[in-house]
Formats: sequence, C-alpha cells, structure tokens
Amino acid sequence: MTTPGLETLDYAFTGTRPAGAFTPVLVGVVGSGNLEVLLEPAAGDGCAIHIETSARGFGSIWSAVVSDFHQRHQLAGVLLSIHDMGATPAVVSLRLDQAAQELQP
Amino acid sequence: MISYAECSARERLALVVDADSFHEWLPPAMRLTSPHLAQLGVPSSFDDGVAIGRATLAGSEIFVAAQEGQFMGGGVGEVHGAKLVGLMRRALRDRPRAVLLLAESGGVRLHEANAGLIAVSEVMRALLDVRAAGIPVIVLIGGANGCFGGMGIVARCADHIVMSDLGRLAMSGPEVIEASHGVEEFDSRDRALVWRTTGGKHRWLSGDCDVLVEDDVAAFRAAAIAALDKTRPVTLAGLEDEHALLTTRLRFDGNEAVALWAALGLADAARVPDLDVAALQSLGAH
Repeated sequence: MTTPGLETLDYAFTGTRPAGAFTPVLVGVVGSGNLEVLLEPAAGDGCAIHIETSARGFGSIWSAVVSDFHQRHQLAGVLLSIHDMGATPAVVSLRLDQAAQELQP
Repeated sequence: MISYAECSARERLALVVDADSFHEWLPPAMRLTSPHLAQLGVPSSFDDGVAIGRATLAGSEIFVAAQEGQFMGGGVGEVHGAKLVGLMRRALRDRPRAVLLLAESGGVRLHEANAGLIAVSEVMRALLDVRAAGIPVIVLIGGANGCFGGMGIVARCADHIVMSDLGRLAMSGPEVIEASHGVEEFDSRDRALVWRTTGGKHRWLSGDCDVLVEDDVAAFRAAAIAALDKTRPVTLAGLEDEHALLTTRLRFDGNEAVALWAALGLADAARVPDLDVAALQSLGAH
C-alpha cells in the first residue's frame, strides 16, 4: 500500500547573480499536470527551492531539473516555492524560467 | 481578441480592470492556504484558488475577486470562502462603487466538506449585505468550468450577471445530474445538450443573466464598466416578479431547451445554437 500524502523536497544552491529587492512573483496554477512557482527575495546569496508535490518518488528528476535551472540562471538571494500537481520536467523547467524572466526589468 | 475562457484568473484580473490598478489583499506570499488539503495528499495553492483586492474600473474604485478554475475546479474551500467574505465585508465599510466577481467554480470544494459548505453560505449572506447596502455586485461568468453549485446560487444572488456563450451557469452540473437521474435523463457527454441547458445563450434568453458577450476579455471589461451602476435592490415586488417568472417556467410542458426558447416567443429557435452572440441579439429576444 502506498503512503498517501504529499512529498516535500528541498534544494539549496549558492548563486552569483543577486536578485536584489523585488515584489514576489507567482506563475502557473496548481492544476493537473501543472504547477505554481512563487519566487521571493531572501537574505544571503542562496537560491533555496522548496517543493511540495502530489507525485511521490521523483526526487532524482526534481534534483536534475532544479540543478539545471540553477546552472542557467545562477540566482542569488531568492526562495522558490513550488506546489506541483504532476507536471512533467519540461513544464517545470518552463515555469521556473517564466518566474526568473519576471525579474528582468 | 483574447479568449476570456482560456485566461487564468490572474490574467483575467489584469485585463478586465484598469491596467496595473489591481492591488491584492492576502497575496500568495502570505501563504494563506487550505488547512485541509495537505492531509488528503492534495497540493495547496498559495492563494487558495482566489485572488481578491481593490482596483479601478474606468477610473472608479471597485473591489474585485477572481476564482481560478484550474485549481480544484474553482471549488470553494474554507480559506477561499473566507477571502470572498472578507472582501464583501470590507466593501460594506469602504463603499467602493461596485464589487466585481470573476466567478469560475464547480461550487463547494468537497474535500473540505462542512467547512466549504459553511463558507459558501457565508459568501451568500455577505453578498446580499453588500447588495442591500446599494453597492452593485457584478458577476462575470466565462470560464471553462462554468459557475455551478453553491457559486451558481451566489451568482444569482448578485445584482447583475454577464456571461459569454461559452460560460455556463446552473446548480447541479451535468455529471451530477446524470449520476443521480441516469443517462436517459441527461447525457453529460452530449456537449450541445449541456450548453443548450446551462450555457450563456440559454441563460440570456431565459432571463437568468443580464448581458451576453462573446468570449473576449475586452467584451467582459466593457460589460463590467456598463454595469457599474446596475444596482437591483431586493424588493417585495422584485421577488414576486421572480416567483411569477419561475411559476411560468414550471408550467412549460416540454423537455428541450429549443422548445422553451420557442415558447418564449423566439422565432427560429432551432437556429440559436449556430448563431453568434451578435446574431442572437439581433433577433431581439430577451
């Protein structure tokens, strides 16, 4: 019998591109095959990523997707919080990029 | 032209009210999420599926709420409902020119059971208080999930309803009717039947909504601006008119929407499903 409930995953990176102060950004919707990403400023030079997902057991794929995101953007001083409802890795990457894009002036 | 049905709640908000005028209360970063969903293994949403705040519409201050249909079908949970109630109560205090509700909901969020049911009843009471205070409550319905269940009742408690032909408004949804009365009574997979009996054209022809627009964000915005002063005070005479309308409807002896439209005096009733909004309006019904 599988355990019901959400899986929570946390990742932390150190970035080189400080995001500075900004209004929190929300992209996406918690719908089937979709996710929402909340991007907020945080103290320090870290890029912390907190994930709550209804699809359990995909930690290694999440790790690959968020590492790829961080390599491309190198954000520093941010917290990304994700509510996921079974989005595919490609959709997750696009939503993360969309959130990062909102930081551009 | 931007499809209203295809927009998210926040995209609609941004396009319906004046540009950059929306100021959100209890924004996502406050994490006012459902206390129930995580226990059931269901992901929460940072705004619990509804964004509320103030904005301007054609320069007038209004309060506005938008339900996200993609999150749990727009279902009203405890927090979602409390946000709507808080918005209405604040409207009583601050007296904006109108309260705009961009409704898209299957009704009560069943995961939250009694808390959701109570939330919906509180929304109804709060909405009627706002209406009684002379502040018009304007409901826009054009999302893919329609406006059903408790939110269908909430909509009909309001002063003014704007629908697109893609919008749907009813109490029980198609699948619920089929499940309880059988497929011979109602085939929920017959999309034409579903829209003939719950869709915007039918609601407009039968007088259950005030304005019918195309599935276009700009059309909804224009209709909302035109409705800014459309108060409809709750009066005894108004209630009696409503009862008379419903009595007449009950007397209708038929089982098809097309026959009902014909009985309402519409020539060429059979053509209605094929007409666009402008063509339907030019028939002069309503």
